[in-house]
Amino acid sequence: MNRIKKTLDQDKKILSIYFTAGFPQLEDTVSVIKELELNGVDMIEIGLPFSDPLADGPTIQASSTQALVNGMTSSSLFEQLKDIREHVKIPLVIMGYFNPIFQFGVEAFCKKCQEIGIDGLIIPDLPVDVYHQKYQKIFESSGLYNILLITPQTSEERILYIDSVSKGFIYMVSSASTTGAKSGFGKIQTDYFQRISDMDLDNPQIVGFGISNEETFNMATQYNKGAIIGSAFIKVLENKGINGIGEFIKSIRPNN
Amino acid sequence: MSYNVDKKGYYGEFGGAYIPEMLYPNVEELRKNYLQIMNDPSFVKEFDQLLKDYVGRPSPLYFAKRMSERYKTKIYLKREDLNHTGAHKVNNTIGQILMAQRLGKTRIIAETGAGQHGVATATVCALMGIECIVYMGEIDIARQAPNVARMKMLGAKVIPATSGSKTLKDATNEAIRDWINNPENTHYIIGSVVGPHPYPDMVARFQAVVSEEIQDQLNEKEGVTKPDFIVACVGGGSNAAGAFYHYLDDTEVGLIAVEAAGKGIHSGESAATSVLGKMGIIHGSKTLLMQTGDGQITEPYSISAGLDYPGVGPMHAHLYQSGRAEFISITDDEAMEAGLELCQLEGIIPAIETSHSLAIFKERKFSPDDIVVVNLSGRGDKDLDTYIKHFNL
Repeated sequence: MNRIKKTLDQDKKILSIYFTAGFPQLEDTVSVIKELELNGVDMIEIGLPFSDPLADGPTIQASSTQALVNGMTSSSLFEQLKDIREHVKIPLVIMGYFNPIFQFGVEAFCKKCQEIGIDGLIIPDLPVDVYHQKYQKIFESSGLYNILLITPQTSEERILYIDSVSKGFIYMVSSASTTGAKSGFGKIQTDYFQRISDMDLDNPQIVGFGISNEETFNMATQYNKGAIIGSAFIKVLENKGINGIGEFIKSIRPNN
Repeated sequence: MSYNVDKKGYYGEFGGAYIPEMLYPNVEELRKNYLQIMNDPSFVKEFDQLLKDYVGRPSPLYFAKRMSERYKTKIYLKREDLNHTGAHKVNNTIGQILMAQRLGKTRIIAETGAGQHGVATATVCALMGIECIVYMGEIDIARQAPNVARMKMLGAKVIPATSGSKTLKDATNEAIRDWINNPENTHYIIGSVVGPHPYPDMVARFQAVVSEEIQDQLNEKEGVTKPDFIVACVGGGSNAAGAFYHYLDDTEVGLIAVEAAGKGIHSGESAATSVLGKMGIIHGSKTLLMQTGDGQITEPYSISAGLDYPGVGPMHAHLYQSGRAEFISITDDEAMEAGLELCQLEGIIPAIETSHSLAIFKERKFSPDDIVVVNLSGRGDKDLDTYIKHFNL
């Protein structure tokens, strides 16, 4: 069984953390993953850095640029992760833009993920229809979940389509923004969370964008299965390095 | 075989809309409506009227007598340099501002490299009284000060792109991010035949007025509606798309696309995408682009800021791959010499982008009877500093 499904079947709210592979130092990838699991994080999104990350705000952009300067590539990420399943049990998802995956070869990329024990991919600029027509079979034969996004502007009809093509969970973008742009949720967001929750979709939703602390985490997960923290975590890595991870995770879920 | 866009937004295997879900509603709204709006008689009337009275169209098709004598062929220049704001760019911004109005948008964003598209966008926003934000790489802001001043005088807000390499590619990224953050009231006026479908097709249609006029003007002067060759420079490719448009499927007309080889194709400082690029995804489109083996987009170089883009539009990628168009690369030095030659033979100072097109006459021979139309895409006023430095004037 795919580890994402197993984790989501548990009766708890999911805390997922995004970080950029090869940041702050090239060789930090595996240490960050181990430290996150040790501190009780439920799922990890490993960011494959890209030169032109369109959907990301300044924090994740800067971490991607640094990771590329450090020498991170698709091949070196796979090399770093080759023994990861000897140490880490929680679901691991790779999040990356389409061009590096396309250059690696979509099929070869998926096979590598399967070998290593990656559970899913999030590719923000691979549209659902192209995925559906060209790549879904490859993903499925590699046992990979493709995680698709919805936003407050996504029409109901399209949400239903995305739900029908999705596996694992739906990545629910909290507001019209790039990553790290806004903090705090207002009525617009909670209405949107409620609206989606009422649609009773086949796949659970996990909220991302704009979640940075205990308050926003609790608010988001009131309506959904879980939440993803990215930019706020990158700032922790930037300022305190791996040693700051434990304290940060405890601040999000103090009672865990 | 058609060389134009298909129903799904592809040119052969190039094109499409590889965009994050956050952009989908905006792009889809445009895709659903653009053809209907463009074909609406009231739109056509307003567009044509503005092109005539405000831009100064039709632009002349000028027989370049002394140049023709030198190169022993018949050379015509399509004078887009005589348009208001000094280049072909305004054809597209006039079209898109009218499109934005009909879509009910109240805020315009644009990207710009050298500043020509930024100025053309700021101009039409001033004309219509609509808020205008132009993203421009920090490095380009420093080296294109007069165009930054023009945009400001026209009431636009110029925001520096400080990410990545701080040039056109990054300005485009920032404009796209702005659009993600402002999904309802904003229209993004892309300046070239790049970006997700329907942009390449929409921009090509707005620029198609160029080849439409060539047909009539050539008929008047030569008694034929088609030339033997059309020559245009390609960065993203909008002036070439416009000059080629009505001849795309007429294979009796040779299409010649001229790219910037910079300091030499294999010098590491070049923008010759057809030679150096591989298929990939940039700014929402599957096309040829310059990238590392790992799929990171690389930084191009050309003396001409307008050709300094790591990709080409999907139409051009297809024209290249199918062999429909001939692609020629011209170095900085060759272009600069050709620009100076046009000044001295015809009394026209061309934009350095256009100078690349003019340089092909030293590279490629034509017959004395051939009619060769060169799209003179822009005037050289903006490039005086570069010409001064290059020739120690």
